Amino acid sequence: MKVPIRATTPQYEPQAVPPKGRGPLGAGEMRLAYTMVLPTLLIVLSVVLLPLLANFWISFKPVQLGDLRAPTVLSSERIRPMPEAVGDRAEISYRLRNTSQRGEIADSTLVDSWPAGLVPDGELDSRCQLSNDVLECNLGTFEPKQKDTLKIPVIATQEFLDNPVNPRADKPVITGDADNVLTNNVFTLKNYRKVFSASEFWKVLRVSLYYTIFGTIGALLFGLFAAQLLSTTFPGRGVLRGFFLFPYVAPVIAVAFAWVLILDAGPGGTLNAILMKIGATEGPINFLGRRATPISILGLTFNFPVALTTVISFEVWRYFPLSFLFILARMQSMSSETYEAAEIDGATPLQQFWYISLPQLAGILAVIFLLRFIWTFNKFDDIFLLTGGAAGTRTLTVDIYEQAFAVSNLGAGAAVAVVVFFVLLVSALLLFKFSPQDDG
Amino acid sequence: MRIGNTFFIALGIGALWGAIYTVVFSIVAMLITGDTIIPDVGVALLSGAIGACSYVLYPPVGRSWFWAAVSASVALVAYVLLATMFSANSVYSGLTFSTAVVTFLVCAFSWHLCLKGMGAESQARYQLEVILLRVLKGVGFVFFSIVVALPFYVMLMTSLKSQQSLLSNPLDLSIDFSQDPKLLFRSYIELFSKYQFGSFLLNSTIVSVVTVLITLLFSIPGAYAVSRLRFPGKEVLSRSILLIYMVPAIVLVIPLYAVFSQLGLRNSLLGLIVVYPATTIPVAVYMFQGYFRGLPYELEEAGLMDGLTRVGVIMKITLPLSLPAIASVSLYIFMIAWNEFLFAFMFLDDPAIFTLSRGVQSLNTSEIPRQHLMAGAVIATLPVLVLFLWFEKFLVAGLTSGSVKG
Repeated sequence: MKVPIRATTPQYEPQAVPPKGRGPLGAGEMRLAYTMVLPTLLIVLSVVLLPLLANFWISFKPVQLGDLRAPTVLSSERIRPMPEAVGDRAEISYRLRNTSQRGEIADSTLVDSWPAGLVPDGELDSRCQLSNDVLECNLGTFEPKQKDTLKIPVIATQEFLDNPVNPRADKPVITGDADNVLTNNVFTLKNYRKVFSASEFWKVLRVSLYYTIFGTIGALLFGLFAAQLLSTTFPGRGVLRGFFLFPYVAPVIAVAFAWVLILDAGPGGTLNAILMKIGATEGPINFLGRRATPISILGLTFNFPVALTTVISFEVWRYFPLSFLFILARMQSMSSETYEAAEIDGATPLQQFWYISLPQLAGILAVIFLLRFIWTFNKFDDIFLLTGGAAGTRTLTVDIYEQAFAVSNLGAGAAVAVVVFFVLLVSALLLFKFSPQDDG
Repeated sequence: MRIGNTFFIALGIGALWGAIYTVVFSIVAMLITGDTIIPDVGVALLSGAIGACSYVLYPPVGRSWFWAAVSASVALVAYVLLATMFSANSVYSGLTFSTAVVTFLVCAFSWHLCLKGMGAESQARYQLEVILLRVLKGVGFVFFSIVVALPFYVMLMTSLKSQQSLLSNPLDLSIDFSQDPKLLFRSYIELFSKYQFGSFLLNSTIVSVVTVLITLLFSIPGAYAVSRLRFPGKEVLSRSILLIYMVPAIVLVIPLYAVFSQLGLRNSLLGLIVVYPATTIPVAVYMFQGYFRGLPYELEEAGLMDGLTRVGVIMKITLPLSLPAIASVSLYIFMIAWNEFLFAFMFLDDPAIFTLSRGVQSLNTSEIPRQHLMAGAVIATLPVLVLFLWFEKFLVAGLTSGSVKG
């Protein structure tokens, strides 16, 4: 007969499993955890995730760079003619102008302190009123570029002559409701249409992929090579390891300009001078400015992208230290026993590398590849500083900058940024799918 | 002695090193002295082969450094003879000759290392691969050393030159140390006196240090909670940290530029101090959480048993144990903030608040001579390199635990 197990268990027997649910200790721990995590989370949310969402928003808006300066009414105030005797008539005038070319300003008001010792001559302007030495005017709506002048005739008294006020000394406060392009309800698909319809876009995407793939693989291979060099101990190894990391540690701005100087095609370019001195080339090669040069191998002619290759070489140069460091760390944690066994079995050095080292390195190589792939795809500074995206080196990230700040079309730039974001999202998902849990 | 495949391999190795080193040392000599030395690759190749041949024919058992030196002299004599016969360039000028001496001494050193223990007879595949790997390693060392050092060398030397000497001979990177130090360091003096590099240096330091402090302040508690405490959403959080770390700066630039412009934060150091920690905190949390997980939990449990509160445990047990991690994270974050270019470039317009990256970038115009630009680059590089060399151990630990970013 089957008896439910629970029924046979006496009540007083201690349970072997930890209690379910959250006890008072657990609740306290949870509260503490949230207080510790929340500030961090808020900062990251507000400076990383919100902008990310804002980027989507902007990509649907017709925003130009100039629109960021909110439309305001500027005023210049003066008193003419300057009164010289009691009872002189003068005029306070405010010249007002809407600075914006496109946005109107509604319900503008002007508030200014009234110069002591001046008395209004006759009726005030109907839009204004004076109380407690404060002038308040409702100026209504300013059309784009609209100009206006507010004139108030006054009579001077002795008080003003004793202590004449420079009207520019205190500025009037002008307020108004301007339509903010960033927050209004005007949306458009123009940005995306512009981005995708340009023939340039697919070229840019292709350059981006070339740059990312070759840059990543190059950095990985050179890192692997460099790690093999330093895998055995010898005097000076520590120094050399630090030295190999220099390209990564130094500021990008410094090394990029050093490369520009070395590769310069004009007089003063070190590499071209060397090549010409030893007779390797006839004239200078414009490494950073030449889009492509025809090269024929075995009768096949193809266009070799010069500037793109240079930029990829820079990427490899700057980031091989990273893969080098990771691979070296992994190699130092390998046990030597396998190699000793292989040695006894007669495995040659290359076989040992191919059948023992590489399989053990496969995990870390995959992780470095995926992470570097994403980071190389994200790279902006390096190309921007080397070529500025000229000569066939414009990648998507440089394109964001070009669209948003060189052409001043923020919306289009944001639309490219959205494309970049989605490519990255896919890569990141792949990364999580394939990366080993504990190797990253 | 029987002559086998190793003999021919030795010939190849001699030729290879002869060719490589003659090009390398000619260029080095050119860069150091400014004189023109045209490497004669063909002749050097042949003489290298002859030298290596003389080396490998000596039985490997008694072959010492002495024999390497002898083979170097053989190669040198061969070089002089061959060059007088076939080369258009004279080898008798002092510089060319001393370059050749250095070249073949280093050549002999290289083939001594490559062919150690190998005679001229035929060798099995194992030995051949050993030789191949030695050669590859040698080529690798030469290649990486040159490729890494050259940009830094050119940067430093150019910054000490004058405009005329740079344009008249770009290869002349020799420095006349006998001249007045004021003249030697004129670019640096001018950067600090005319271009406000003093304030750039100060701004960079302020921004980087504040970034490090804010990052530590927020990331340590966050990382501790994620790695040690139990709360709903922990897994999601710990996962998404890495995701956030993948969001590229260039995607954030447009919205941040737009919003900061309207808030008046754009052209200010405060703006950078808001943005930098936000981009570095995820990295720091990621690095700290890995470190905290590796700490033995028993210590903390003991602390809890002894009546410490959780906060007490963190302050009295976890933090003191984490000092190495704090050092490496701080250095790594400092490096990121110091080297950051994009936001500094987009946000800062006013030279008074430029950071070094932005300041060096502003020198990149045709009116400002390039030795100034390179001096600026040196000023930006030096602090971070000195810091790196000083704390290399910590920084390497930091790099391996978090630095896929860059």
